[in-house]
Amino acid sequence: MNPAGSIVFFTTASGAGYGLLFWLGLLRPLGLVPGQGLVALALALLLITAGLLSSTLHLGNPQRAWRAVSQWRSSWLSREGVAAILTYIPALLLGLALWVDAPALALAAGLLAAAGAVATVYCTAMIYASLKPIRQWHHPLVVPGYLALSAFSGAVLLAMLAAFAGGGAVPALLAILTGAGALLLKRAYWQAIDTAPPIATIESATTLGFIGKTRPLEPPHTEQNYLLREMGFRIARKHAAKLRLIAQGAGFALPVLLALLALLLGGMPAALALSLGAVLALGGLLIERWLMFAEATHTVMLYYRG
Amino acid sequence: MTCLPQPVPGAKKLGLVIDLDTCVGCQACATNCKEWNASGHSAPLPDLRPYSAGAEGVWFNRVHSYEAGEGAAGRTVHFPRSCLHCENAACVTVCPTGASYKRAEDGIVLVDHDTCIGCGLCAWACPYGAREMDEDAGVMKKCTLCVDRIYNETIPEAQRQPACVLACPTKARHFGDLGDPESAVGQLVRERGGQPLMPELGYQPVNSYLPPRNRSSLAATPEEAAPTEIKNPLLRWMDRVLSR
Amino acid sequence: MPEAPAPVRAQPLPDPQPNPRSDPRVDYSVPVGDTVKTTTCYMCACRCGIRVHLKDGRIRYIEGNPDHPVNRGVICGKGSAGIMTQYAPARLSSPLLRVGERGSGEFREISWPEAMEIATGWLRPIRETDPRRLAFFTGRDQSQSLTGFWAAQFGTPNFAAHGGFCSVNMAAGGLYSIGGSFWEFGEPDWDRAKYVLMFGVAEDHDSNPIKLGLSRVKARGAKFVSVNPVRTGYSAIADEWVGIRPGTDGLFVLALAHELLRTDRVDLDFLARYTNAAWLVVQDPGGPEDGLFARDEEGTPLAWDRARGAIPAKAADLSAVMVGDHTLPDGRRARPVFHLLAERYLDPQYAPEAVAERCGLEAARIRRIAAEIAEVAFEHPITLDQPWTDVWGRRHETTTGSPVAFHAMRGISAHSNGFHTCRALHLLQMLLGAVDTPGSWRYKSPFPRPIPPGPPPAGKGAKPNTPLVGNLLSFPHGPDDLLVEEDGSPIRIDKAFSWEAPLALHGMMHTVIGNAGAGDPYPIDTLFMFMANMAWNSAMNPGEVIRILTETREDGAYVIPHVIYSDAYFSETVPYADLILPDTTYLERWDCISVLDRPIGSPHGAGDSIRQPVIVPDRNVRPFQEVLIELGARLGLPAFVKEDGSPRFKDYPDYIVNHQRSPGVGPLAGFRGPDGGKKGVGEPNPEQLQRYIENGCFWRDHLPPEQEWYKHANQAYLDGARAMGFIPKPEQIVLQLWSEPLQKFRLAAEGHGERQPPDRLRERVRTYCDPLPIWYPPLEQQGADLDRFELSAVTQRPMAMYHSWGSMNAWLRQIHGANKLTMARSRAEAMGLAQDDWVWVESRSGRLKCQLAVMEGVNPDTVWTWNAIGKRPGAWDLSTDSPEALRGFLLNHVISEWLPAQQGFRAANADPVTGQAAWYDLRVRVTKAEAAEQAGPTEPHFPAPHQRPHTPANPDILRYSVKPRA
Repeated sequence: MNPAGSIVFFTTASGAGYGLLFWLGLLRPLGLVPGQGLVALALALLLITAGLLSSTLHLGNPQRAWRAVSQWRSSWLSREGVAAILTYIPALLLGLALWVDAPALALAAGLLAAAGAVATVYCTAMIYASLKPIRQWHHPLVVPGYLALSAFSGAVLLAMLAAFAGGGAVPALLAILTGAGALLLKRAYWQAIDTAPPIATIESATTLGFIGKTRPLEPPHTEQNYLLREMGFRIARKHAAKLRLIAQGAGFALPVLLALLALLLGGMPAALALSLGAVLALGGLLIERWLMFAEATHTVMLYYRG
Repeated sequence: MTCLPQPVPGAKKLGLVIDLDTCVGCQACATNCKEWNASGHSAPLPDLRPYSAGAEGVWFNRVHSYEAGEGAAGRTVHFPRSCLHCENAACVTVCPTGASYKRAEDGIVLVDHDTCIGCGLCAWACPYGAREMDEDAGVMKKCTLCVDRIYNETIPEAQRQPACVLACPTKARHFGDLGDPESAVGQLVRERGGQPLMPELGYQPVNSYLPPRNRSSLAATPEEAAPTEIKNPLLRWMDRVLSR
Repeated sequence: MPEAPAPVRAQPLPDPQPNPRSDPRVDYSVPVGDTVKTTTCYMCACRCGIRVHLKDGRIRYIEGNPDHPVNRGVICGKGSAGIMTQYAPARLSSPLLRVGERGSGEFREISWPEAMEIATGWLRPIRETDPRRLAFFTGRDQSQSLTGFWAAQFGTPNFAAHGGFCSVNMAAGGLYSIGGSFWEFGEPDWDRAKYVLMFGVAEDHDSNPIKLGLSRVKARGAKFVSVNPVRTGYSAIADEWVGIRPGTDGLFVLALAHELLRTDRVDLDFLARYTNAAWLVVQDPGGPEDGLFARDEEGTPLAWDRARGAIPAKAADLSAVMVGDHTLPDGRRARPVFHLLAERYLDPQYAPEAVAERCGLEAARIRRIAAEIAEVAFEHPITLDQPWTDVWGRRHETTTGSPVAFHAMRGISAHSNGFHTCRALHLLQMLLGAVDTPGSWRYKSPFPRPIPPGPPPAGKGAKPNTPLVGNLLSFPHGPDDLLVEEDGSPIRIDKAFSWEAPLALHGMMHTVIGNAGAGDPYPIDTLFMFMANMAWNSAMNPGEVIRILTETREDGAYVIPHVIYSDAYFSETVPYADLILPDTTYLERWDCISVLDRPIGSPHGAGDSIRQPVIVPDRNVRPFQEVLIELGARLGLPAFVKEDGSPRFKDYPDYIVNHQRSPGVGPLAGFRGPDGGKKGVGEPNPEQLQRYIENGCFWRDHLPPEQEWYKHANQAYLDGARAMGFIPKPEQIVLQLWSEPLQKFRLAAEGHGERQPPDRLRERVRTYCDPLPIWYPPLEQQGADLDRFELSAVTQRPMAMYHSWGSMNAWLRQIHGANKLTMARSRAEAMGLAQDDWVWVESRSGRLKCQLAVMEGVNPDTVWTWNAIGKRPGAWDLSTDSPEALRGFLLNHVISEWLPAQQGFRAANADPVTGQAAWYDLRVRVTKAEAAEQAGPTEPHFPAPHQRPHTPANPDILRYSVKPRA
């Protein structure tokens, strides 16, 4: 699948934003995050909003994007839109509560915002996981992966902000745990998609298997088309392996190590380490998300390439 | 609404039956579809860079060719590919706006170009590549089964069929109600063993592909009796009595 | 695993058949257009009837006309893309006069009066001095009854269309054997044949009728065998694909004949009644009549009657003896034709074992196919409950036939042994009794005609200001009819009807420019062409054609001083002309598919058709035929002016209606006579075109059922055909196994008669003018280094570009924008080649670079590609980086128009009997390009010409639609 920049950015940024919102909503009311939390909330909403706006760049008619919330009964994309919009309400209420220091409201709004964040990320993940023609997406580890990545990147960001606010071992600890968990999940996912059988074959796509091995002879047109550009993206195995290593190193291992380091160092060095960790994590996730598209194959290509 | 219509026994399922045994890959269905729809329900079907490098356009019907098998058992098969109007059409259910819909009245899957946001998700959801993005207008388009022909009261009744079916010079395309096993297309599918594409995905395509037939061989045995052994083989015709 | 959302269903709909028109988002009954007009398609040679729907003067939809006999409502991929042909930016928009060097593409726009003045100014002096110096060649012309007539009126013998490089082998092979031919003048009985054999149909002639026919054959479960090196298109749906090596079909066919004779599975009754099998052939080696038919005093051929000896072969009570040596009353010895042919083809050299390897087939398979054919022909005959009466006056209560049908086309035609291979196929049909019988191949009206038909070609004695009388393209019966000077040199610039190509019935357009450039046999002044892309895909070796067209003499003048070209589009040839007369598109003109040329007749009766303008041209263009008629009047050609010198016809429709070739016979056969009630022969009818339009732009006659079969010997049919003016006499048309005209040429080559070939051609004429079908290796391969050039190379027309080169069509060019050279997977693997490798293709005459493709279904000794996809940069108003120019290629660049020097003269790379261009004789070697060369563009790569004045801007996006935008 073609890794459209707007979508790669959207899932990375919004994922991190929802992760941050999730942790903030859960931990801030419990006092496990130092400082007022408004900066973290602002960052979360910024990432979420930037991501959502970016995703509309992918649309042929962005001015009609409002229509996308109407089909929540069947469409995960619509549900994602609904969840995203609804999540703004507790998130903003949380902001208000933090601003006016209303703990009860903060607790309630925080929990609701956290729930909204989970729901939104879940819906995003389900957009991909529900697509049968793309076996790398239609996979049981895709939804856990999205949730874990979101939680991890949110935790790293929260830990960074907490460190700047002078404390907050809990977010760093969470970053370490979610990072390790996400890494394991991701490795399991890659292992799984590398060994999974195809969901369909050129033989089943053409019904010609009963004759024998089937090979494409001539394409319908000699030039490109929308589907080929959208779904015919190919990445060399070697290239993908390299990117996977970079994603694992930069996106997971290093941020986790830096978070560990931050726990040991404390103070400004911890903040700096976690800042570096956050940058690496987000950068690594961009690569991981890009790979998520680049390595995905669509059954329509069976018709073109067999 | 992007919910699929409730299945009702006996409901109409309009669709195509494509005979892979007689399709010669002439592209008539593809270009006739293009010309009909260029000014039809989905008008226009734009072509990008039409006279330059990278020319490409919106086509609802694309004809591939394949080779199946090897040696004497191998075959070349031409393979037109268009929307299959699936019963379990994920392209419809994934649509966030309701622009993509499956009609309860006849099962045709359509796109409302006035409400489509061009997100492309339906194209991702379609295993068969039936969705065609109009990148000029930013909306998704697709085969309509010529919904503006088949019910068109200004067209003679015999020609109220999809353009691809009427054009097909080898009569390899048939249109009808696949929900009715006794319809002409229903019988054709039954008799010729019509196949769905990628049934394992569970989309339940309505369109059906008739497989290339077993090559009937009259399989005469060559006569080994060799009259050439006769010294002069011409002699056997010497006494043959012929009359006008 | 997260499952896809279970389809959420809306509330149950109780009604299983709700109103299908209830969806408010659909406009159900929008009228297709505001106007619909019928006309005839011209995107290939099929001449299908179409209905063109218009909205606000623009084309809404082109569909097949369901009432039309050719296409019965269907339409092909090209015809359906007619909108894009109509509105292509590459349409020429004004007469053009060259201002730069030839080939530069620098033109200035001129007015029509100026263009006509210039053309007249060039042509008049030619006509006043030596009319031969006009060479008028008209490419894919469907108005040859006009253009050929015009040329004869001008007084030049130098006229032809593109048949010489298309299908003349099929026309000549058929017309000299059975009085009809594959495709144009006959077709399989698609509705009854139980076994259909198709040879070498490279997705060419004809399109929709074959497709409709094959669908009926398959629906009935009859067996369809395709003999073709490549398994695409029609071969793909064959029950059996015979992947023969190119150029060996004749061997295969003669091996089938060998098997039928060996096993005595021939229809001797049919042969005795309907062919010349029983005719006696004089056996007098070295004598002047050796190989000619024994005839009585009246010239009637004789046969050997069991009781009475030599009697006229046409005698109703003949009891023919088919073999044996017989002594004629005058003492000479004679043998029946059947004896001679059986003797020849029973020879072991025609045994399946002897030919198998050469054909690339197994001997057992050849035997099996022969056995299958025989079984169908003789064990499963078809008998119709249809009485008919033969030429001997005997009534047959039923009609019986051998249901084996043949069709053959370019894969046979485009070889230098194609004429004889085509004759071999007809011989096979005759052995099976499968000519115009139920289930076999059938004549299309107005055929059968006498064998050979009609008078010899006109062209002798061209004089200033004097029309030539007769048809320029016609039928030699022997050496006296050749168009040669006293010394045996050719009269025509293309050397058609000379000793180099005695039966060049369609002329030899492929040699015109080469001969004119060499002044051989004489230089010309003006080359006038219509619809022929001779500077590109229509030429064998386009680079050489380009060289000649731009070649100058010492005084700086061009070797061919004037080139006038008429086309509707900015083709590769336009820049090489001096004067461009822009034509209309096929939807903007009148035309007639004339019974005087190649009408749309069917086995069920005669037919012809017209084109009418459905679109008003939006450019400064004129239909070529109209321009030609005006030129004829300006030049004072007698048939085109009245006695006072004023134009006889005001326009082309006027000509179509009022021109009479002979009294009562005009371009159209239908709706003649004052009230339109006459057919075939009748006075001009001023309402004729209106009647055609009311009838869907075609006319068809319906033969009574008793005239449908055995037309060559069906008295009622023959009487009717005589009345319609199709044949001169209502006599049996005896099918010719043994061709006496060929034997006459051979006798001349052996020194008999007054007309003698030049010595350098004697052996060639003697060898190839064999009165019985022969097989020989394609000429270009004789003596060639076949080990070096180990692969045969052929082209096919993609169906969506069949008989055209429509890259200006925005839709069709998306389907075929580039082409590759396709090779058998096994062969490629053995050679270390893979899909998409860039390779060099080298022949004896040149080399080219292209990309490779691999497939299973191709003869392993053959490579092939789609024809006419490669384009010169800048032509057809395509951008110079178009795939047609960068990844497309023409195989033509490695084909030579000349044979390797043989016997000291330059012979065309063509069939030695008919002059048919031998495109498919090509042998090549394929090697992988060096690593540094593993990229485009294809080679040779030519520079782009200048754009013509007012070239339209190349749009980024095309949104063709007549639907009002919302």
